[in-house]
Amino acid sequence: MLGYIVRRVLATIPVMGVVALFVFSLLYLAPGDPAAIIAGDQASPEQIALIRASLGLDRPFLVRFGEWAWRIAHGDLGTSIFTNLPVGHMIAQRIEPTLSLMLLTLVVSLLIAVPLGVLAAARQGSLVDRGVMLFAVLGFSTPVFVIGYVLAYVFALRLDWFPVQGYVPLAGGFWPFLRALILPAATLGGIYIALIARITRASMLEVLSQDYIRTARAKGLGRGAVLFVHALKNAAVPIVTVVGLGVALLIGGAVVTESVFAIPGLGRLTVDAILRRDYPVIQGVVLLFSFAYVVINLLVDLLYTVFDPRIRY
Amino acid sequence: MQRRDLLKAAAGAGILAAPRLAGAAGARVLRFVPQANFANLDPVWGTQYVVRNASLLVWDTLYGLDSGLVPRPQMCEGHERSDDGLSWDFRLRAGLRFHDGEPVRARDVVASLNRWMARDAMGQVLKARLDALEAVDDVRFRFRLRAPFPKLLLALAKPMPNLAAIMPERVAATDPFKQIGDYIGSGPMVFRRDEWVPGSRVVFARFDGYVPRSEPSDWLAGGKRMLVDRVEWQIIPDPGTAAAALQNGEIDWWETPIPDLVPLLRQSPGVRVDIADPLGNVGLLRFNHLYPPFNDVRARQAVAMVMNQADEMHAVVGSDDALWRPMPSVFTPGTPLYTEAGGEILKGPRDYTAAKARLAASGYNGEKVVMLVATDLAITKGQSDVTADILTRLGMNVDYVATDWGTVGARRAKQDPPAKGGWNIFHTWLAGLDCALPATNIALRTNGPKAWFGWPSSEEIQGLITRWYDAPDARVEHDVAAALNRAALDFLPYVPTGFFLGYQAWRADLTGIVKAPFPVFWGVGRG
Repeated sequence: MLGYIVRRVLATIPVMGVVALFVFSLLYLAPGDPAAIIAGDQASPEQIALIRASLGLDRPFLVRFGEWAWRIAHGDLGTSIFTNLPVGHMIAQRIEPTLSLMLLTLVVSLLIAVPLGVLAAARQGSLVDRGVMLFAVLGFSTPVFVIGYVLAYVFALRLDWFPVQGYVPLAGGFWPFLRALILPAATLGGIYIALIARITRASMLEVLSQDYIRTARAKGLGRGAVLFVHALKNAAVPIVTVVGLGVALLIGGAVVTESVFAIPGLGRLTVDAILRRDYPVIQGVVLLFSFAYVVINLLVDLLYTVFDPRIRY
Repeated sequence: MQRRDLLKAAAGAGILAAPRLAGAAGARVLRFVPQANFANLDPVWGTQYVVRNASLLVWDTLYGLDSGLVPRPQMCEGHERSDDGLSWDFRLRAGLRFHDGEPVRARDVVASLNRWMARDAMGQVLKARLDALEAVDDVRFRFRLRAPFPKLLLALAKPMPNLAAIMPERVAATDPFKQIGDYIGSGPMVFRRDEWVPGSRVVFARFDGYVPRSEPSDWLAGGKRMLVDRVEWQIIPDPGTAAAALQNGEIDWWETPIPDLVPLLRQSPGVRVDIADPLGNVGLLRFNHLYPPFNDVRARQAVAMVMNQADEMHAVVGSDDALWRPMPSVFTPGTPLYTEAGGEILKGPRDYTAAKARLAASGYNGEKVVMLVATDLAITKGQSDVTADILTRLGMNVDYVATDWGTVGARRAKQDPPAKGGWNIFHTWLAGLDCALPATNIALRTNGPKAWFGWPSSEEIQGLITRWYDAPDARVEHDVAAALNRAALDFLPYVPTGFFLGYQAWRADLTGIVKAPFPVFWGVGRG
């Protein structure tokens, strides 16, 4: 197992290298010129050229990529063209809100979606099952910003339970922190709950038709023990897979949710950087997201062995 | 239901919320939502209006423009000009200090103005006439000119980017094409870099060492008295969220509410709405003068002959007719130089028959007209849709290139032929304040390769702009403005598409909100 983990971690290096080359090339080829944006409307072409030169944007592709890759290899993500701040510092400022939002969403989604999926499978064809599936379809097909607006309307403006927008760091107190994140997490969780509930139901239905489940029932085990001890553990592999893959969904949803609720997270940082063509920030954030995704997939692979001892690496 | 309707519904729900007074307990904090994201703070390097607005809090200027567009002494006590206009002596007023406690000295002024002149268009005109700019002693400095420059005070006072902000000498020594890294100013507020979260939050704390002038505040002139301890800018990108936050008392002042939400905000208890900037904005259609068909003045005139400013403006501001007015002029309505002389081409019924004949005379033969459209900006998108329609009705073959503003910004700088990555037309808008003067209206310049994107070339217009620079008094300035308007609306470096206003909204317990081309924070307090 240890050898496998080491091999997988080492394998992330070429993956990240390919991602880096891809991201850098894509931005190099994309239209847009940060120098023109910085220079503003009043600038002459000569002034724009001077700014471009001062930013090093007039140098050949390979020279720029080589320098950037060398810095990355030394842990330096570069400096934002617009804010003049280190990209690492900007990411550090933004990572707490995004991580908090995603973790809260993940925990709440799992706590809601898995029991819902189990319940729906246990009562297949019943009103409960149809209700859960209706909720799943709605959750998956309703745009995140619509859910956000509706929740803000009801719980912030009408009931005044939560703030409309903003983020309170954990250092500002647990309840203020939680209060500011509940609506965004519920917004972002809608699509995730729907996805996990559907997969849980499908996976549970397959497991519940197996012989060993009938055997467990025949032994006289209670309904709860059959569902949550015997069936759910065996249905967990596809669920864990979807939870891992769904992180990409969460990252995409976080961009919209952070905008709707004015949360200063990585999603908004990415969008702002793209709109301004702030290349070092875009490259840094995409690399970070890619790395996180690779690590999460590794964790998912490792979790398989926990739920299914037959799996060996 | 469309997203915009939902956004209205969500924001409108705030009407039902119990009205609450805004304000942070114990502290005098003003929570402000600016017009755009705040990415840097260098009043010379950064040209965006949002950077200018923040810079006005942190840095002071030698002179300040008042609401009559007259330059008034701000950091200066005053000045003396020699009879031949070639020498100007200035003296700094007493009590000026930077945020680090150091006094403001004349050598700081010299270094700051040298950096500014390297970047600013009006500063470059000044530099071309400059023999020497020198510090006489700690509080006096002198301009020695090769030729008179009557608009010197205006150049020092104008709030249009780039701003002639005064920095410590060591900071002003920074290459004008690189960002400063030290945000020490001598303005009424200190930039709290330690609390800055780019794209989310910007904090300014009151500078206790600031000594305001004794005169009443009037835009950038007079005493800048801060009535709050902190000004906190919150970047809220979603207008529906900003509206709801204002109604909920989570913010105090929103610089640019979108017109769709204004009726709801008006009905909301505890919220006030009014025009933000009396000088508003000017929409414009810019031609590329290097390539057919718009390298021929007759093609440009054909477009102007069918330009319907009412349609253009309705596409920008919606059905609220209080928010726009026609402007057969290159000058901003309501400003001293406004004139409609020569504006007939934009007035009266639109004559497509005559316009088609004019277009045919230009030799246009169905070539593609590449129109760059920034669809992420409602103002450019609205204008472009209307113009695409009139060009099509005129018989032009429109290539509508839908993209984002970042791409338009890069592509419009290219002088390649339209079929090879260049362009023929794009829309944008300028602040009305910028179009109040020939010196600051960048679209009016017609100095060929050195002109703004589109590169028009007209010695007549350039000569008139120079005559305005040299005009000794208001009477001559008005005469030049009339001639300039006639020449510009005949040559058409661009077509003005109309004048439009915007709103601002704030919590009702705030006092001292004024109408200006930039948010004026001094004098704002709680009732």
